[in-house]
Amino acid sequence: MRLAQAGGTGHQNDTAPGTAAPAGGNAAHGAAPGVAPQGAETHGAVQQAVDAHGAGHGGGGLGIDPMHQFEIRRFVDLRDHGLDFLSFTNSSLFMLIAVGLITAFFIYAMRAEALVPTRIQSTAELAYEFIAKMVRDNTGHEGMQFFPFVFTLFVFILFLNTMGMVPYAFTVTSHIIITFALAIVVFLLVTIVGFIRNGPGFLKLFVPSGVPLALLPVIAVLELISYLIRPISLSVRLFANMLAGHVMLKVFGGFVVALGVLAGWAPLAFMVALTGLEILIAFLQAFVFAVLTCIYLNDALHMHH
Amino acid sequence: MEAEAAKLIGAGVAATALIGAGVGIGIIFGNYLAGALRNPSAAPGQFPNLLLGFALAEATGLFGLIIAFIILFVF
Repeated sequence: MRLAQAGGTGHQNDTAPGTAAPAGGNAAHGAAPGVAPQGAETHGAVQQAVDAHGAGHGGGGLGIDPMHQFEIRRFVDLRDHGLDFLSFTNSSLFMLIAVGLITAFFIYAMRAEALVPTRIQSTAELAYEFIAKMVRDNTGHEGMQFFPFVFTLFVFILFLNTMGMVPYAFTVTSHIIITFALAIVVFLLVTIVGFIRNGPGFLKLFVPSGVPLALLPVIAVLELISYLIRPISLSVRLFANMLAGHVMLKVFGGFVVALGVLAGWAPLAFMVALTGLEILIAFLQAFVFAVLTCIYLNDALHMHH
Repeated sequence: MEAEAAKLIGAGVAATALIGAGVGIGIIFGNYLAGALRNPSAAPGQFPNLLLGFALAEATGLFGLIIAFIILFVF
């Protein structure tokens, strides 16, 4: 019953099912959600049904389906071979596009390597200087060996976030598994660098100096927990911002449609402002991710400060 | 109580975490403005810290919002 709802106004990415799951798309627009086609065709239908069920609660009477935009579609489906983790999805596609755009942008911008930069070369240099200064300020001179890592993280997240602001585009960073993978890489890097630099002395990170002996066990446990929670807070921060922003935009977009020509301009005006805010947030979250990576790296590099 | 009603109430309660985010963002921008008016020449240097504080405060509230979404859409 919810298939019909998902097929209604909230079904914004409706253009894609033709490529993603031909059978599923047809089944969803047909009459019988319960009678799924046989064989290979069932995947699409089942997936659509599950997604529609998952998203169907939030719409209320307005027919808004804010979660539909986050649906993963498999363009190359390898579930039959037991290789679902290799399936080529819209998420993989947008990550590839981001990497392609970043590479193309920097190669094109820096092709002349002119002493007096052109406008596009200044843009690339601006991004470089911005992150280089941030890394130097936060981790000192020896932190600069991690500059390529931090710069890659920043640019990758920035492109994924801003590409998500394009209508009908998929926001890769709105999935927690993606942001968590990025965060766990940072966490492992910081831990490994910390132990290589300081040996077992890295454990002193959990024992702050100047704490009364009676309080020390409690503090140490708290410090350990706060250290281990870092990948979660780092990933959830980015994911939550992207998810909440896009859901909010979709809900207000639904208000515009629901209120029609007469009153719809009020939420529309609000949406314009929100879109501006979301673009700011897209940049800010990439920046925050990079800054926190630097702050964590600084912990591992400079234990005695 | 009906499970569906409890779910909606729970999601609403979880979303109150954003009260704290609102207060936090207000404190950050208010204090930045107060500091910037006392010493305008130092203000631009602290602008990145302002944005960092804003993003951190906002994210804390969004953790609660995510709980609300999980309650609404997952269960």
